[in-house]
Amino acid sequence: MTSRRANGRTPIVIVVLGAVACLVFALPLVALLVRVPWRSVGSILTSAAALEALWLSIVTSVVTTLLALGIGVPLAWLLARTHFFGKTFVRAVCTLSMVLPPVVAGVALLATYGRRGIIGSPLEAVFGLRLPFTMPAVVIAQLFVAMPFLVLTVESAFNSADQTVEDAARTLGASALYTFVHVNLPQARSSIIAGAVLTWARALGEFGATITFAGNFPGTTRTLPIATYLSLESDLGEALAMSMMLVVVSLTVLIAMRARFLPTLGESR
Amino acid sequence: MTLSAEFVRRLGAVTLDVTVHVDRGETLAIVGPNGAGKTSTLRTLAGLERIDSGLVSWSNEVWDDPSSQTFRGPDERAVGFVFQQFALFDHLSVLDNVAFGLRARGVRRIEARRRASELLDQLSAHALAHRAPVTLSGGEAQKVALARSLAVSPHVLLLDEPFAALDATSRTDARRLLQEQRGDGLARILVTHDAVDALTLADRILVMENGRVTQIGTPDELVAMPRTMFAAEILGLNPLRGRLAGQVLDLGNMTLTVGAHECSDGAALAVIRPRSVSLHVAQPEGSPRNVWTSSIAGVDRSVDRVRVRLAGPLPIAVEVTHGGFEALGLREGDTVWASVKASEISVRQG
Repeated sequence: MTSRRANGRTPIVIVVLGAVACLVFALPLVALLVRVPWRSVGSILTSAAALEALWLSIVTSVVTTLLALGIGVPLAWLLARTHFFGKTFVRAVCTLSMVLPPVVAGVALLATYGRRGIIGSPLEAVFGLRLPFTMPAVVIAQLFVAMPFLVLTVESAFNSADQTVEDAARTLGASALYTFVHVNLPQARSSIIAGAVLTWARALGEFGATITFAGNFPGTTRTLPIATYLSLESDLGEALAMSMMLVVVSLTVLIAMRARFLPTLGESR
Repeated sequence: MTLSAEFVRRLGAVTLDVTVHVDRGETLAIVGPNGAGKTSTLRTLAGLERIDSGLVSWSNEVWDDPSSQTFRGPDERAVGFVFQQFALFDHLSVLDNVAFGLRARGVRRIEARRRASELLDQLSAHALAHRAPVTLSGGEAQKVALARSLAVSPHVLLLDEPFAALDATSRTDARRLLQEQRGDGLARILVTHDAVDALTLADRILVMENGRVTQIGTPDELVAMPRTMFAAEILGLNPLRGRLAGQVLDLGNMTLTVGAHECSDGAALAVIRPRSVSLHVAQPEGSPRNVWTSSIAGVDRSVDRVRVRLAGPLPIAVEVTHGGFEALGLREGDTVWASVKASEISVRQG
């Protein structure tokens, strides 16, 4: 192992500690590969229940990502470009769910949209709508925990973008909205994609808030992570096979994206 | 048709207090030290920043008037702005950069591209049309930035340090381009720190120091009598501060006899033009009153003149012809006699 810079070797202590850190990530992945029942993996993953859970996970996580793009990017722009009273507080509220235990998020969502929730009860009284334990509830739970990744990534892109380019657009006769669409968004393109990928990956893996708020109904709210957890009780092989599938799907997307859009995940120079 | 601006704007440490009028077809250069507020003035005229009090208008059209709460944004003023770092849209081709303003104003894509293409033709930059901005040299990028701002037919063109980010060759080309474009019916304002650019490209020069206009006038007026140390320095003249008593200027370590003036005694600013100082190897004959000995601190040769920097007691620059300098046979470090006629030293109160 040689250091990039010519002056001196890489200190052995750092190599050892770094290798331990690497093992923290690598060992469980290796264990998963070793323990997966390769002979029956095909039949497990093509079973109706597994396909149903996979399909539900993909649909809900993609819908979540699209919704996050639709409302999260404007929020990021407001946080980056406008000044208003209490902005720091607003930013904290909008990103709190990143550090909140997911089960707490689920409880909070029940208090909001549940049958006796502050939005949920009028919604049911007026429209007869019940959100908890439905597919939209899965999306709401995912949006709540995953959107901050998009907001923070895109906000920092807007912050670091060259503002004179925006000024140039304005002096050329572009309104603020035209400038947002035709200058700010293209400038932040790679960060928007990166933020969307992170959001999608977080949404795909969402478990705690979903099972608390949306429950566990096959076909409507039983996503792949929930199905995986449940199968642990009955069939360890099935749990291992489904975990494998989640690892493969996530890893594929990260690798496909890392080179262009996720510099921090790509190989360093 | 005139751009009129009389405004005050507070910017933290500096308060901008600017009065300026620029006619259609006229070019004004703003010169001043770093932090004087030159760029902020341009941004204010463009509507990228608001004034605190005063009035900015184009003919009868009010652009910014806090007293009546009138404010037109940059997209509602017919202003072109060429930024120091050009600020091109990296995600668009050169052609679409130039077409951007027309598109933003609702012109259809095909028509906008056709007009952009014509404009690039006029600036002999047609070969760049399909290039990406990141592949352009500084000079090319500037041409594109200029074409982009001209595409929307502005009344006023603002150029912020148009030569600062260019290499020497493209600087010459850019100067020629701006020279050619003079008098094309635009009111132009050019911020620069280069006196030569100001003198050659502008009809009038505005000197700005610490947020205030310290002098405004034609190049000839400025060269004839710069009002401040900065103005004199930037014009390559030798400014001297001292105390005046009658015809005698006391500089502390020596005195000079000055020409006719209308100043009262007290603090004064005197200017010695580098070309009005003579150098001699021995004490000059005749009776010029201002004669002193010094040594040569440095010699800079330019195309047409030699600029000799003198050491104490009066550290000033002197310009002589190449022939004259060779005839003296002087080198750096040599002792030299210098003389200047009293009538060549102009003084001003301050």
